[in-house]
Amino acid sequence: MSAFSAIGEETDVESDDYTPELEPQATWCPGCGDFIVLKALKQALAELGKNPDEVQLMTGIGCSGKLSSYFESYGFHTIHGRALPVARASKLINPELEVIAAGGDGDGYGIGGNHFMHTARENHDMTYIVFNNEVFGLTKGQPSPTSPKGHKSKMTPHGNAKAPMRPLSMALSAGATYVARTAAVNPRQAKEILVEAIEHDGFAHIDFLTQCPTWNKDAKQYVPYIDVQDSDEYDDFELDDMRSAWEMMRTTEDGLYEGKVLTGRFYKDDRRPSYQDEKKERGDLPQTPIAEDYFDDSHDWKRSYEIIDKHK
Amino acid sequence: MNDNEIVWRIAGGSGDGIDSTGTNFTKALMRSGLNVTTHRHYPSRIRGGHTYYEVRASPDDIKARADEYNVLLALGDSFARSPDEEAVYGNEEVKPLTENLDDLAEGGVIVYDTGVIDTDDIPDFDERVEENDWNVYPLNLREIAKEQGREVMRNTAGVGATAAAIGFDLDSIKDVMSDSMGGDILESNVEILRYTHDLLLEEHGVDHDVTVPDGEHDEEQVLVGGSHGIAYGALDEGCRFIAGYPMTPWTDVFAIMSKLLPEFGGVAEQVEDEIAAASMAIGASHTGAKAMSGSSGGGFALMSEPLGMAEGTETPVVLIEAMRGGPSTGLPTKTEQSDLEHVLYTGQGDSMRVVLAPGDVEEAYEQTRTAFQLAYGYNIPAIVLYDKKLSGGLTNVPASFFDREPDPSMEATLTEEEVQELKPEGAQDFPRFEYGAEKGVPPRPVPGQKNGRFKTSGNEHDQYGYIDEDPDNRVRQMDRRLSRFDHIRDDLDEQDHQKVHGEESPEYAVLSFGSNKGVVEEAAETLADEGWSVAAMNVSDMVPFDHESVRDFIEKAEQVFVVENNSTAQFRHHVQRELAGYDEKLTSILKYDGDPFRPAEVVDAVESAAEGGVETSYNVKIQHEQSRKGRDTETVKRLESVQGRGDPQ
Repeated sequence: MSAFSAIGEETDVESDDYTPELEPQATWCPGCGDFIVLKALKQALAELGKNPDEVQLMTGIGCSGKLSSYFESYGFHTIHGRALPVARASKLINPELEVIAAGGDGDGYGIGGNHFMHTARENHDMTYIVFNNEVFGLTKGQPSPTSPKGHKSKMTPHGNAKAPMRPLSMALSAGATYVARTAAVNPRQAKEILVEAIEHDGFAHIDFLTQCPTWNKDAKQYVPYIDVQDSDEYDDFELDDMRSAWEMMRTTEDGLYEGKVLTGRFYKDDRRPSYQDEKKERGDLPQTPIAEDYFDDSHDWKRSYEIIDKHK
Repeated sequence: MNDNEIVWRIAGGSGDGIDSTGTNFTKALMRSGLNVTTHRHYPSRIRGGHTYYEVRASPDDIKARADEYNVLLALGDSFARSPDEEAVYGNEEVKPLTENLDDLAEGGVIVYDTGVIDTDDIPDFDERVEENDWNVYPLNLREIAKEQGREVMRNTAGVGATAAAIGFDLDSIKDVMSDSMGGDILESNVEILRYTHDLLLEEHGVDHDVTVPDGEHDEEQVLVGGSHGIAYGALDEGCRFIAGYPMTPWTDVFAIMSKLLPEFGGVAEQVEDEIAAASMAIGASHTGAKAMSGSSGGGFALMSEPLGMAEGTETPVVLIEAMRGGPSTGLPTKTEQSDLEHVLYTGQGDSMRVVLAPGDVEEAYEQTRTAFQLAYGYNIPAIVLYDKKLSGGLTNVPASFFDREPDPSMEATLTEEEVQELKPEGAQDFPRFEYGAEKGVPPRPVPGQKNGRFKTSGNEHDQYGYIDEDPDNRVRQMDRRLSRFDHIRDDLDEQDHQKVHGEESPEYAVLSFGSNKGVVEEAAETLADEGWSVAAMNVSDMVPFDHESVRDFIEKAEQVFVVENNSTAQFRHHVQRELAGYDEKLTSILKYDGDPFRPAEVVDAVESAAEGGVETSYNVKIQHEQSRKGRDTETVKRLESVQGRGDPQ
């Protein structure tokens, strides 16, 4: 018997099975886009038949970080910006777990920006959901890395002088092998993209537009949205062609601040091996999960005495 | 100098292979039956800049670097900047000789490379040789090496010559060389070794009494440093994950682990920064592996936040902190013990961590194992605090010391079967943070275990790990977490880390922590030989502190000297804070010039402070003043008030 029998077990699971009895109702503001992320994630995992005990959700800090409280699985609410390093080690120790990381735009693109860049670069096999509401919500309306130029707040009385950063093209340049943007106003697409991202063998980055009705915009401001895969105007790029994907991403990033909400899949590369496969290939990661060894009474634990001769 | 020891120093430039030549020579001395300790001095430069490697060898039980040395092999610095270059730091070519004359004992031996060093460039060289009765053997090592084939062999040429000068058998050296070389390369090295050996005897003859003593070990020895102790302790405890970012001197442990983990069935990760490194170790541990990370001062500062996460989420992890000189980038390659307070207090909120500071290689191994046992027994972060001196200083240990059973067990982690037994009926989640847990330690399930799912959070949380700010829950969770320390203390008491070395009820007591163990023990032995009533104690258990042993030690003595490598008496203040008092009884002996203590400095400071009737609660600060010419060395002892500000005496 495996030490982790929840993993890979055939599970008949419904989206409500991911609702915790202790915190069934999220405490986000009415009209918050975060509710849709939660709903879409539950639907996606139910569709994939994942046992809640084989899902490890790592979250950052902020309204979005509370996702792990409202989602029934193994949940680790980490610290600001650090969900990704916690998550990627988890995946290396037990590659059979379904590892999902989530956080806000400040968490992932600001304070955790370095980790975002390097996790994408290394192509860890995990899904990373960024709740992008273009503002710092929990700390009350300060500009975030994706706030539009001119954003007014107590911190920026004359409007934000900084241009917003470009999450999609940055993920692509850094090395992510699945890049998508979806929106809380389009739950059907959100669920489909989450399913694809979770199934993708590599680092899947989802920039999830989540309106913040309290500090920024309400849902109406993300409507109408365009699904680039369904649009004749925007469908002339190849998902696995970095150059055309990059151009489409630039158009999408600029569009958001010009009232044009473009969503969909922007890049998908199945050729590049995930980080764990790369490490295994080089002999730098065991073929079987390290986590199993600690529960295997017959595991042969090599000891330092076996290599001590070189010091004689 | 002790007659029964040889202290051999090889000096050259960074990048000249001084380190490997020194280590090989040390091994040869060890294999000949002697006990050895080494000390490395090097600049923060890849190539060029004065560096030396010193080995002390004796059949006696030696514990520290020597107070002085008696054999110098001065090679050239082949990457020395010439005076014609813009950036020139004095005449670098002669530094392997000039920088090393001050510590050379009277009657000592000098072998130097005339191919690089011209003693005419060294002020008063001949006078100093005469004054100190030094035995000088100039040889054109560079030229000899070139003639024999390759210039890089000048290190070997030098070793052959010094071996001749001190009567050391070449067989031991050849034996060590054959471990790392073979074929033509070995042959030509052995040839040049023998050539310079014979040449020195022929050209100069040996007319002095500095010779290698004879020795014999009861059993086979291995040559290891503190970094090996830590890494091997971690491996034997079942650690199979490390993440880190390079920083001197922590890099040694990181490099050993990164090389070995793949063959031990583990994984090593060099990552973007130390925040990621510590966070990854926590993620790995959360997922069921024994994991570690670490750094030196500046990198450890970045780990403050993840360290707090480990404390708050009760995720076991072992962090290593290798001290060097601070603040900021400080002295990257030099010894200091100034990160004690950093490690004790860094992070927001009340600290909840175990901190151990091993004193030597064996303790580094054993206490790293203890750190893992405590971390995984109490679901708490444990820190091993050591320094550049312990990291890089090699010594011999019986090979059988490492013949131990591995222990990958995690006492406070559940198996899937145990999860099923302990899961409360009807509960959806596992109560990972139960109030009433035994010893204050609720055991943890591992992700992937059926019915084990739980929440954890850096926010205060309830018994199931959900964020909870209720005052009653807050106090109960804090009290439960803190209650673990009494049990940890009980476990540590069994290990008996704090031992009295010397008289049980001495008039004078010498107290130290971490890598000064050997120094204060030797100093206490010397003082005792001189008729002083004295004992030493080296403290490893920083948190939880060993109140009983340390209080008892201080109580019995009339005056206590606290020895530490920093300028603000961090350890002394830690002792006083933990024991609430003893200000009038303690005198600090502080050194913070980047160099580790030598036993004689402690002896000298104790003698002058005790004999001079220095009021207690004053610091004795040790500083060496050197004239630019490199002579007139004088140890300056400054007596200052504890704060180092008012009333210097």
